[in-house]
Amino acid sequence: MSNMLNLTLKVWRQDGPDTAGQFQTYKTTVADDASFLEMLDYVNEELIEADEIPISFDHDCREGICGSCGVMIDGRAHGPQKGTATCQLHMRQFSDGDTIEIEPWRAAGFPIIKDLVVNRAAFDRIIESGGYISVTTGAAEEANAIPIPKHAADAAMDAAACIGCGACVAACPNSAANLFTAAKMQQLNMLPQGQAERYTRSNDMVERMEQFFGSCTNYGECQEACPKEITIDFIAMMNRDYVKSQLVNRRRLGEKKVG
Amino acid sequence: MTLNLDAHIPEGPLADKWTNHKFDLNLVAPNNRRKFEVIVVGTGLAGAGAAATLGELGYNVKVFTYHDSPRRAHSIAAQGGINAAKNYRNDGDSIFRLFYDTIKGGDYRSREANVYRLAEVSNNIIDQATAQGVPFAREYGGGLDNRSFGGAQVSRTFYARGQTGQQLLLGAYQALARQIHLGTVTLYNRTEMLDLVLHEGRAVGITTRDLLNGEVSSHSGHAVLMATGGYGNVYFLSTNAKACNVTATWRAHRKGAAFANPSYTQIHPTCIPPADEFQSKLTLMSESLRNDGRIWVPDAEADNRAAADIPEDERDYYLERKYPSFGNLVPRDVASRNAKTVVDEGRGIGPLNNGVYLDFGAAMERFGVDTIQERYGNLFDMYERITGENPYEVPMRIYPATHYTMGGLWVDYNLETTVPGLFALGEANFSDHGANRLGASALMQGLADGYFVAPTTLAGYLADWLGTDPVPIDDPAFTESHTETQDRINRLMSINGTHTVDHYHRELGKVIWEDCGMSRNRAGLERALVEIPQIREQFWTDVKVPGDPNGWNQSLEKALRVADFMEMAELKVRDALHREESCGGHFREEHQTAEGEAQRDDENFAYVAAWEYGGEDIQNDAVLNKEPLEFDNVSLTQRSYK
Ligand SMILES: Cc1cc2nc3c(=O)[nH]c(=O)nc-3n(C[C@H](O)[C@H](O)[C@H](O)COP(=O)(O)OP(=O)(O)OC[C@H]3O[C@@H](n4cnc5c(N)ncnc54)[C@H](O)[C@@H]3O)c2cc1C
Ligand code: FES
Repeated sequence: MSNMLNLTLKVWRQDGPDTAGQFQTYKTTVADDASFLEMLDYVNEELIEADEIPISFDHDCREGICGSCGVMIDGRAHGPQKGTATCQLHMRQFSDGDTIEIEPWRAAGFPIIKDLVVNRAAFDRIIESGGYISVTTGAAEEANAIPIPKHAADAAMDAAACIGCGACVAACPNSAANLFTAAKMQQLNMLPQGQAERYTRSNDMVERMEQFFGSCTNYGECQEACPKEITIDFIAMMNRDYVKSQLVNRRRLGEKKVG
Repeated sequence: MTLNLDAHIPEGPLADKWTNHKFDLNLVAPNNRRKFEVIVVGTGLAGAGAAATLGELGYNVKVFTYHDSPRRAHSIAAQGGINAAKNYRNDGDSIFRLFYDTIKGGDYRSREANVYRLAEVSNNIIDQATAQGVPFAREYGGGLDNRSFGGAQVSRTFYARGQTGQQLLLGAYQALARQIHLGTVTLYNRTEMLDLVLHEGRAVGITTRDLLNGEVSSHSGHAVLMATGGYGNVYFLSTNAKACNVTATWRAHRKGAAFANPSYTQIHPTCIPPADEFQSKLTLMSESLRNDGRIWVPDAEADNRAAADIPEDERDYYLERKYPSFGNLVPRDVASRNAKTVVDEGRGIGPLNNGVYLDFGAAMERFGVDTIQERYGNLFDMYERITGENPYEVPMRIYPATHYTMGGLWVDYNLETTVPGLFALGEANFSDHGANRLGASALMQGLADGYFVAPTTLAGYLADWLGTDPVPIDDPAFTESHTETQDRINRLMSINGTHTVDHYHRELGKVIWEDCGMSRNRAGLERALVEIPQIREQFWTDVKVPGDPNGWNQSLEKALRVADFMEMAELKVRDALHREESCGGHFREEHQTAEGEAQRDDENFAYVAAWEYGGEDIQNDAVLNKEPLEFDNVSLTQRSYK
């Protein structure tokens, strides 16, 4: 059966992208089998009934898969439980009497929209730059025509598990998006289908990423924060592909000139 | 009946219809495609698939989603898998068998021609997704792996760990991203469609609200495709993502699109039971778990011993007992109703006696813990995170929850609604699942509609409009819709009552769940028809929507959605009341066999109920139109999974 927790929340409130924000303190009592977002729902219901403006936060699936949710909880992206998105975090991870500090992702690449909501459109821009295999609908060959070793398919799936939440950027002292970009890129670079565009993809995605985000200096905080526990090994693979892309793409440029 | 419900089913034998139709349809030549503006609402499997494909074909596409990114659509949450008739397992599968299983699973309330086409293109979907780099599970030889799913006796389900919907959606999203990059598709994210715009009876555009700054705008196009998902959140508690709503389809309905079979809702048997009053949504545990998990309750009522303390001979594996040939793999509606029966008998388990056990003990003994972990590891982890219980040690607790809505906008074979130029795709339409959807077939339908069907049939519509410009947005058709939408927003903001939007949504949900959920009867439905208008009335006089309408306002977003749920709910109950039979997910207690199984009435109810909007007094003003269903290729049998 559930226990009740008395909590003090310090929540970041900010009206809009260009206004200053500040922490506001709220007190609440919730059952420990509520989820973290249910706790915020509850606080919001109370705020609305008291004629105050509820706290804005992004969320949708509440199953840790859509990547909409994500806040800093006591300075940690998605909070204290490893491999767990904010929406899956339950209050039994906290104790009666706790003070919990809740902030939005902080990164220049993710401007704040309101309160805990940030704009993560930069991730879409990275995918648009090359995070796909160019295959027109209808042009695909029989699926079993290309055997893919189970370990390759599994490794691709490990990378593909990324939910695009942005915790990796929020956790990184440099606000780098290397884990996100590497996961998305390596899923495709590891598969036979992804080879044709491997080096243009590697080049384009990295360069687009650098327009929005800081540089990776191997802190490894990203993999600690990732709710899907994606490994930084993919970053090493991305770096190799990127370096190689500089050679391959240059050679191809030469080929183009000759041809 | 005033609507023309001609389904435009092509002539010829079932297996040739789609091929013949593709040949007969008008085409739009490649150089003419860029002269057309196409609006796609929704970026789930259906919407992203359609927008990407139309962009590839060369149309000018505008795609809308209320999410921050197309990748967040509710499709992302599908866990279990996607069906296709590849017959890689050599276990006797075929297009006809997939068609047959889907028609039968839908309890003979869907259209043969549509379902056959779905089965036919299922194989292309797997090819397409594989080519996109979707990391489907593989066997050691490198070929694609399959598993079995409820309602079928063959292994035809393709999967990507427990994240099949995510991977398929990302495949479609990436195809869409490529088109956005190439400039054929323009993305309007965080933009919600609030109205459909009609000009001389056909769909010519939409009215939207920008969720960031609150601005209401008009968008014009030659055709509108709505792939806006299902209405399961009418129940408040469901497995759907929190933002899923009926607004797009309901607004289209109010403008003339018939709403078909709104009472058909699927209640999924394997969800985590609610824990308390705070519950904001219910979490589905994939149906694939029923492959290896055994469902049981104690023989005795209110037996509150721990599961491990209940000896084998005091357990009732009720599905295995009642349905020896399908056992734990009976279709969803059958599994759900049986769970309700045993819980209603007082044999429910867990702290609130509101669940049944799904037990992996035997499977772990037989295959080893590692195999079970390999198959379901992430689901087990998810369960533990939510409940605080470890399913490797104690059986899971499950209970049914609303999951999917088979009803939706009526569409013909071309996926065109009763409003010319308005197409509905994916869960938003009613087309392929009859009264009950089989597992792993919604992903299939969303992608079939999006990649293969709508892009083809749309050309047949557009060809007639070659050389015309889209209706300008200063036309009264647009300005009136704009004004109406703005008025609706202002009205909601000005009520300033006492209760929150969620409060009313929860009230509505309770009524619908109680009286129009897993099992329905006349008295309950009639009661709901009294209560829903009362809640709607209270909502419109007493709801409190704080904040500013001209800016980011999540309460307003919800209020606009819940307002439409209030109206839709009434139609849903009205439909359930009129359907004096039990079929699939619609179980009327008055119509059951001696053994308590659903009893169809094919004589009187083998039709699609396509409701036409009649006015604000939904239950009395709605007009029933019927599309008779004809079955030439299957014989109607009472489903039996014994
Ligand atoms: C938990 C869960 C598990 C499931 N598992 C499976 C499974 O294993 N196999 C299977 O086959 N099916 C499964 N399903 C069902 C399946 O996922 C859905 O039916 C399917 O994904 C719906 O796809 P869709 O494209 O029609 O709509 P959705 O994915 O719901 O997309 C709707 C889109 O429309 C947009 N939208 C809606 N309204 C508006 C508006 N007014 N303005 C702007 N944009 C709007 C949304 O932003 C979104 O982009 C599952 C469902 C759930 C809930
Ligand atoms: S709400 Fe979808 S991942 Fe958290």
